[in-house]
Amino acid sequence: MNNASTAKSGVDGFASNEARTQHIASTLKRRRNKEFRFRMMGILAVCFSIGLVGILFGTILAKGIPSFWQATFVLDVEFSPEIVKIDPKPVQEAGESPAEYEKRVNDWANRLNFINFNRLLLNSVAKVLPETEENRRAVLEMFASATRFDLRNLVIDDPSIVGKTVKLDLLASANVDVWLKGNIDRSLPDAQQQLSADARKWSDQLYEMGVIQNKFSTSLFVNADSRSSPASAGLAGAFVGSLMMMIVVILLAVPIGVAAAVYLEEFAPQNKFTDFIEVNINNLAAVPSIVFGLLGASVFIIMLNLPLSAPIVGGLVLTLMTLPTVIIATRASLKAIPPSIREGALALGASRVQAVTDHVLPLARPGILTATIIGVAQALGETAPLLLIGMSAFVANIPSTPFDPSTALPVQIYLWNGNELRNFFEGRTSAVIIILLALMLTLNSLAIWLRKKFEIRW
Amino acid sequence: MNAVIIPAILLILAGFAYQIGLRASVRAASAAPTVSMHSRPSYHGWLAVLRAAVPAVVVYLIWYLFGGGIVDSMVLAQIPAANLPESVLAQDALMQRIFNLSTGFGVAGEAQAWESSAAAHMAMLYGYGRTITFALMATVAALGLFFSWRKTTPATRARNKVEKFITTAMLACSAVAILTTLGIVLSMLGEAIKFFSFVNPLDFFFGTTWNPRFVTVGTEGQAGFGMVPLLAGTMMIALIAMLVATPLGLLTAIFTSEYASDRVRAIVKPLVEVLAGIPTIVYGFFALVTVGPFLTDLGAFFGLDIRATSALTAGLVMGIMIIPFVSSLSDDIITQVPRAMRDGSLALGGTKSETIIKIVVPAALPGIVGALLLAVSRAIGETMIVVLAAGNAPVLTANPFEAVSTVTVSIVNQLTGDQDFSSPQSLVAFALGLTLFAMTLVLNVIALVVVRRYREQYE
Repeated sequence: MNNASTAKSGVDGFASNEARTQHIASTLKRRRNKEFRFRMMGILAVCFSIGLVGILFGTILAKGIPSFWQATFVLDVEFSPEIVKIDPKPVQEAGESPAEYEKRVNDWANRLNFINFNRLLLNSVAKVLPETEENRRAVLEMFASATRFDLRNLVIDDPSIVGKTVKLDLLASANVDVWLKGNIDRSLPDAQQQLSADARKWSDQLYEMGVIQNKFSTSLFVNADSRSSPASAGLAGAFVGSLMMMIVVILLAVPIGVAAAVYLEEFAPQNKFTDFIEVNINNLAAVPSIVFGLLGASVFIIMLNLPLSAPIVGGLVLTLMTLPTVIIATRASLKAIPPSIREGALALGASRVQAVTDHVLPLARPGILTATIIGVAQALGETAPLLLIGMSAFVANIPSTPFDPSTALPVQIYLWNGNELRNFFEGRTSAVIIILLALMLTLNSLAIWLRKKFEIRW
Repeated sequence: MNAVIIPAILLILAGFAYQIGLRASVRAASAAPTVSMHSRPSYHGWLAVLRAAVPAVVVYLIWYLFGGGIVDSMVLAQIPAANLPESVLAQDALMQRIFNLSTGFGVAGEAQAWESSAAAHMAMLYGYGRTITFALMATVAALGLFFSWRKTTPATRARNKVEKFITTAMLACSAVAILTTLGIVLSMLGEAIKFFSFVNPLDFFFGTTWNPRFVTVGTEGQAGFGMVPLLAGTMMIALIAMLVATPLGLLTAIFTSEYASDRVRAIVKPLVEVLAGIPTIVYGFFALVTVGPFLTDLGAFFGLDIRATSALTAGLVMGIMIIPFVSSLSDDIITQVPRAMRDGSLALGGTKSETIIKIVVPAALPGIVGALLLAVSRAIGETMIVVLAAGNAPVLTANPFEAVSTVTVSIVNQLTGDQDFSSPQSLVAFALGLTLFAMTLVLNVIALVVVRRYREQYE
């Protein structure tokens, strides 16, 4: 039978077993090659994706890390009494109310504003580089324009400084920073350079003399954004704004999200209404974030008259945006807890609420924590909805309450990226990105670590 | 100030109420030692808290929501008719001015005598209102406490009542999702309808020029609100993004789920998923600073004129962003294809790649298509990458090397200017948002149905 079928050119169309074997042997090589190629494509795709992660991080680190260091003057500044002419700081007299005293102190501080602090800078630079006497404007060009306020504040803090010579770290201007870091084409003609020829020459000289040094930039972390003095622009305002929004998100999204998830998973009857809620949540999770911004603009700003640019509004918008994430992830972690836990509690006479609050929720805590962290991380990086509620406005103060105008870290990236001093702010933007990415990666790895640590296999 | 003091008072009240309830239950228990209590003491405590705090909060909310309106109308009634402006908008502005006067906030210009007296009247009414509200809050809280103290018996079903409250509160929390959806639809619909009273919907949906800046209402040139160029730009960028993300994402998913060993998988998957955790503004910056110039140089090398901010730049980078989205969704779906189907193919002598291409992928295809649809909807709704990298040129073009604009970019542009919220230039953002919402909603629903249908097949 077998013989017969092979003789009659078989079911699979081969004249004999040998012919079949031969055919298979000849196609085998082709098929193996194909297999190899397919596998290689997979490996290449993975390498490409991972390579992209690498390139992205590489370019941002390369651009951003140098920005953590800034060109800084290390100068001996003499607060000579001839220039800083100021009467001693007023002392509170007996019987004077604090308000009156404060007024006198303010008056005194205002008089300080008329003092030519720039003169101090000129003098101290002239001491190390005498030829700078010729061109005062070029010298002042080299300093961040906030420097004279720094000097004034030193005098306000400690009036006894007058008459002394102090070694100070003073920020150089953004243009000097860019020039010294080589982020600008040095061969450009004079008309296209931001700094005058003298300032460029002297910056180089002072840098070689060690008067200008590349120092770690603390102003980046402690100052708010600044327009008049780009070199001292920092991200403290954005950071505090982001922090406030995250607090609002945690305070609102977590309780509401967990309650909703517990209800849907443990209590909800199977009916049309709960089905509708479920569909809604799944759908909200996929709604573009900018739509939430539109919701915030029309409901919170136009209808409820809440302040523009305030972290409280941002926090509310981000809460609505992260709720679906928290609910879905919490439900998943509740689902993972075996029914036997609930049944055990119920069997011992606990009510359903008690079974949930005393047994299910404590066991689901790691899952809920992970869900929270993922939700917060997502909210932390969101930009588009914040633009629509006015958080892209320029704010030069660190907000002290959630109702003050503020910006947020991702929005600060957007704002600095659009700044006209591109050469300087490109590095600065990368620096904020590094900080933001570091925060995100920390949060995400915290979530992964928590999941690993508390993972229970039932 | 109120924001801190009122919660603080409520907290103290709650602590006090808890103690009252607790003591009442202890007293009830010792009064009738032979009967066992229905609920544990702490439930009586919580019940007292609810009875005291809930009515008080309700009273406060009523004042918060309606108090201002009532005071406004009373003040408005007092203003001499001669000084009352006709239009509602001007009346609102006047009330705002009086309110600012009454809080000592200060106003522009000199306050007139009748304004000052209205402000004083308003301040007085607010003072009364607040006093009455607080007195009412105290009364209802005290009544609740008194009720708890007197009516606590061993048979009081405190636990059931507290639990009823908890489940109701949880139901309310889940309803927030519905409220959000409702809020999105209603608010956008409201503003969009206002917009369509200025501009013909046909001109909006089928117009081919987008240039809202120079259009003034009531004049001829209302053709500037045509969204077709934006739609075309959105589609082009989404298409480019999918052309990048589909092969890379799918191959990555196939590799990690079918070929990679557990160890490689444990390294590769989280590394690719890092891409999903990066904020989109960072991608936008990356596109602008790195990818755009690179593409321009590359184009110059081949003699092509590629703009640094173009549909291609935005699309490429958006594709990178979507890779992990495609790969993790497809990974889930591929791993759900039953082992037996693979084994069958392998047993017949198929190679691994043949099994994947001819058995696994076709079996998983509906699910993968669903995943890709979700990715498309994400690409359509993505904002920051296109804001930074697409070049914002709302013209109809089929050339991906040119700058384009998208729906999301235009929403951002229209709402971040210094336009009045009620001008058509701002309102158009809501019409665009509604269109965007509708588009992504349809895509999401189809995708979710397809993915769900498919999953059920093998369960």
